[in-house]
Amino acid sequence: MTDIAETSTGDDAALPKPRKPLGVFRIALRMWRTRIGLGITAALCLLAFFGRYFAPYGENEGIGVAMKPANELKKDSLFGSGELGRDIWTRFLYGGRPILISAVLATAFALVVGTVIGLVAAYNRGKLDDVLMRGMDVILAFPQIILALLVLAMFGASDEVIILTVGVSTVPRIARVVRGATVSVVERDFVSAAEALGESRQRILRKELLPNVSAPLLVEANLRLTFSIAVIAGIAFLGFTSDPISANWGLMINENRSGLIGKQPWGTALPVIAIALLTIGTGLIGDGLSRASAGVDRERGDQ
Amino acid sequence: MSNGLGVAKFVLRRILLGLLTLLLVSIIVFAATQALPSDPATAILGRNATPASVGALREALGLDRPLLTQYFDWLGGILTGDPGESFNARVPILDYIGSRVINSLFLLVLASVATIPLSLLLGAVQARRRDRTFDQVSSFSMLGLASIPEFVTGVILVILFSTGLFKVLPAVTQIGTDRPWSHLDQMVLPTLTLALGAIPYISRVTRAALIEVLESDYVEMARLKGAPERVVLWRHAMPNSLGPVFQVIALNIAYFAGGVIVVEYLFNYPGVGGALSASVRVRDIPVIQFLVMVLAAVYVVTNLIADVATILVTPRLRTRVS
Repeated sequence: MTDIAETSTGDDAALPKPRKPLGVFRIALRMWRTRIGLGITAALCLLAFFGRYFAPYGENEGIGVAMKPANELKKDSLFGSGELGRDIWTRFLYGGRPILISAVLATAFALVVGTVIGLVAAYNRGKLDDVLMRGMDVILAFPQIILALLVLAMFGASDEVIILTVGVSTVPRIARVVRGATVSVVERDFVSAAEALGESRQRILRKELLPNVSAPLLVEANLRLTFSIAVIAGIAFLGFTSDPISANWGLMINENRSGLIGKQPWGTALPVIAIALLTIGTGLIGDGLSRASAGVDRERGDQ
Repeated sequence: MSNGLGVAKFVLRRILLGLLTLLLVSIIVFAATQALPSDPATAILGRNATPASVGALREALGLDRPLLTQYFDWLGGILTGDPGESFNARVPILDYIGSRVINSLFLLVLASVATIPLSLLLGAVQARRRDRTFDQVSSFSMLGLASIPEFVTGVILVILFSTGLFKVLPAVTQIGTDRPWSHLDQMVLPTLTLALGAIPYISRVTRAALIEVLESDYVEMARLKGAPERVVLWRHAMPNSLGPVFQVIALNIAYFAGGVIVVEYLFNYPGVGGALSASVRVRDIPVIQFLVMVLAAVYVVTNLIADVATILVTPRLRTRVS
């Protein structure tokens, strides 16, 4: 969150050895929180991706009167009917995929662009660094959801627009982490050696610098995925989705809210539980990863 | 003395950078409206409008002037407290937004007042019972809570306290044109929703900072002198942990600027967050521009205060700056 100025001594021996992402992952897997997180996340991803093939009705098929509990319907239904008389269980099985896909794509976009900007800024200290990071600060001046709403107001809520705005608003957060981690690496001898050997700038960024920052990048990517899921589901909850007819967990919570007061809480409760579990799952993985990369194996005071 | 001067210089630099950021933000907000695929006048009048009426409306809205003039008029209007008229309601934006700004600020203050003492208390108890059951259970549940989006927390609270388990609190606010402080029972759930999003972060940093300080020599000294643990914690250790804690408090209050959007919508609370999503729905450009500027300004200024205050409460940083 805050940019900590790194001072480099140029003394390689004094610097901690950067951890490899695979090693970090292995250490993280020793912790129960990571395993639980992975289990929950995997289960929800499976549900979100493949649940629809087990849906008892069509995505937009009406099964009777709206907002009725299962026992008041003529047709078989697990949780009853939601708004417009559609089957809640079916809508639930269909509604996870759009959120998950958008969140993963937005995070992937931010990961690529943010890493490039962070590496370039750290390697070219001075003017370019200043301009790039100042630009990042301007994007950071908008809370994510506000920037997203501003862009949605202009271009309408298509999938591309949602993925791009959430992606772009995530870029500076990743760029900062990558730059912070790279700055200390740039000063080290093996980078000067590569420069002396006449390696191209692109090769130095890719082969010398990137492997050394991939562990913090892994941690940050996970954190950002959690936030992207939250923002994208939040936008859908506000009613902005590319397709107002098709099922979406965020939208579903909003559409079925009136059922909370009546006899049909499931239309809201199911997607609420799903989004909560999904974000808790990715959050637990992230916590395990950050403990592993910081060298903390057990619950301790230092982060 | 030179030390004090160094701090002043740093603070001034931060403020100038903050202003520059706000200026760039205003350019982005204004430029975004220029990227609008359809002309605002056409958008208001609909596709069947005659070119003549569209032209007349463009003139009335000032859309026929050069871009730079429009930008400076708009920025000047915001700075002088006259941000113009709403496209849809055709009333001055401030008439429409004025009371909402106060309502949102009230919610923000309530959320902060609930968040700060609770987080400090939780962090302190966790630090004191470090690694024991209470610490582990509460740290773990805070970790879960930190990941859940606000609107999900809010709906869970509604199910728990107003429609499902207990039916003790109203599920939505019905404030209308009243003042929110005359309906405090309706404020509980929106406040709690925002607070629960911030408490995990602040308590976590408080816990970590306190644990570090509690292991230092001067705290050991206070213990050896026979000071009771409670006094050691609150009088000796807490003040020295406040630097990082202060920063994360301000960051989270700044984060409320984004959080109010979904929370106000969820509870139907008449504030700026709800107004922003409503005006995005009807594409009321001047209102969107104004609200985004206001919310971004709150965000930037709170972050600025955090940076400056952190320097001021951390003696170590104070000297490093100069």
